[in-house]
Amino acid sequence: MEPQIDADLYPILEAVSDPEIPVLSILQMGVVRSAHHSDNGILVEITPTYSGCPAMDVIGDDIKKALKAAGFESHVKLILSPAWTTDWITPKGREALEKYGIAAPLNPDADKEALLGNKRIVKCPQCASTNTVLISQFGSTACKALFKCEDCLEPFDYFKCLK
Amino acid sequence: MNKHLVNYILGIADNSLILGQRLSELCGHGPSLETDIALTNISLDLFGQVRSYFQYAAQIQGNETTEDTLAFLRKEHQYTNVLLVEQPNTDFAYVIARQFLFDVYHQLMLEKLQSSKDETLAAIAHKSIKEVNYHVRFSSDWIRRLGDGTEESHQRVQQAINDLWIFTDELFHLTEADHAMIESAIGVDVSSLKETYYNKLNQILLESTIEIPSVEYFQKGGKHGIHSEHMGYILTEMQFMQRTYPNMTW
Repeated sequence: MEPQIDADLYPILEAVSDPEIPVLSILQMGVVRSAHHSDNGILVEITPTYSGCPAMDVIGDDIKKALKAAGFESHVKLILSPAWTTDWITPKGREALEKYGIAAPLNPDADKEALLGNKRIVKCPQCASTNTVLISQFGSTACKALFKCEDCLEPFDYFKCLK
Repeated sequence: MNKHLVNYILGIADNSLILGQRLSELCGHGPSLETDIALTNISLDLFGQVRSYFQYAAQIQGNETTEDTLAFLRKEHQYTNVLLVEQPNTDFAYVIARQFLFDVYHQLMLEKLQSSKDETLAAIAHKSIKEVNYHVRFSSDWIRRLGDGTEESHQRVQQAINDLWIFTDELFHLTEADHAMIESAIGVDVSSLKETYYNKLNQILLESTIEIPSVEYFQKGGKHGIHSEHMGYILTEMQFMQRTYPNMTW
């Protein structure tokens, strides 16, 4: 599901970051589904990562602000379908997550094994060891679980797979 | 305006609203930091889902209705959540048992709601079930840990399951709105989920060394707005700001 974004709007939206994970732009996150010029200004459609994600209002405001700074009036619409999946995080986004210290989501089967504590497969973003244990299936935000590395002893967030 | 559709949506949403409110009471009071965060995360997921349902119901209802008036300005008898979700946070075993008994139902219901003829409801269900899959995983995991844990944890979770079991049957009762919505292929016939539900519970409880309670009489009423004594306290807390400072906004 490639988002439909008018080419000239791309750099503007690229500069808007996720308020909870500031290293990630909302485009890398896959939250923006479309952005088009229209007679009523720019129409932007965004989709929430999680239903209760409190960042959505802020993201909407940030988009409007960024577009306004570029001289555009805009409307932001929240859409639910198709539902967001972690597959929409771009390869660059995954890289940014890892660099920031958040382990990027695994595929669904591996994710299940990891979150049930059956297998040690989540890679520590600090030292790359897979000798890691689940501390909690729910982490600092709705989209993350909390892990600990048994080698470097650092706790870290793991971005849960959502499909 | 489709009265049955609005009532149907509110029936689903109220379950999540009241359970979410119950769980939010644990914010800062969970037995450990991790469970505290988990339970409040679940609460947040439920509130997020409720917002989608309420926004949709408000849009259909029109007039002055908003998601906030639906959440904060109805009277007790106008909430149609099941009795199960309003039961108190007696101890951690109760919190987990209540969550488990609801989550398994919630997942089965949403699975079906995804194919609703109503596109908005189908979209909300599609979004929500991904989150609820995590809830089921969390609560059934804890049922196993407590049930198959220490003597104390086993006894407490067995007690909680025994006490809350009487509220499970109501999940599968059909209201007037249910019947109307099933007929128009919008709603889920929850009565048909009963067998799968109990099979699933039995399987997990068996693994957890918890005995299945045998109950002859089940409690009901919430779906018709007849609530237990706990409901008034929940609403008092939840509606406090709107009742004290009418129309206040953030």
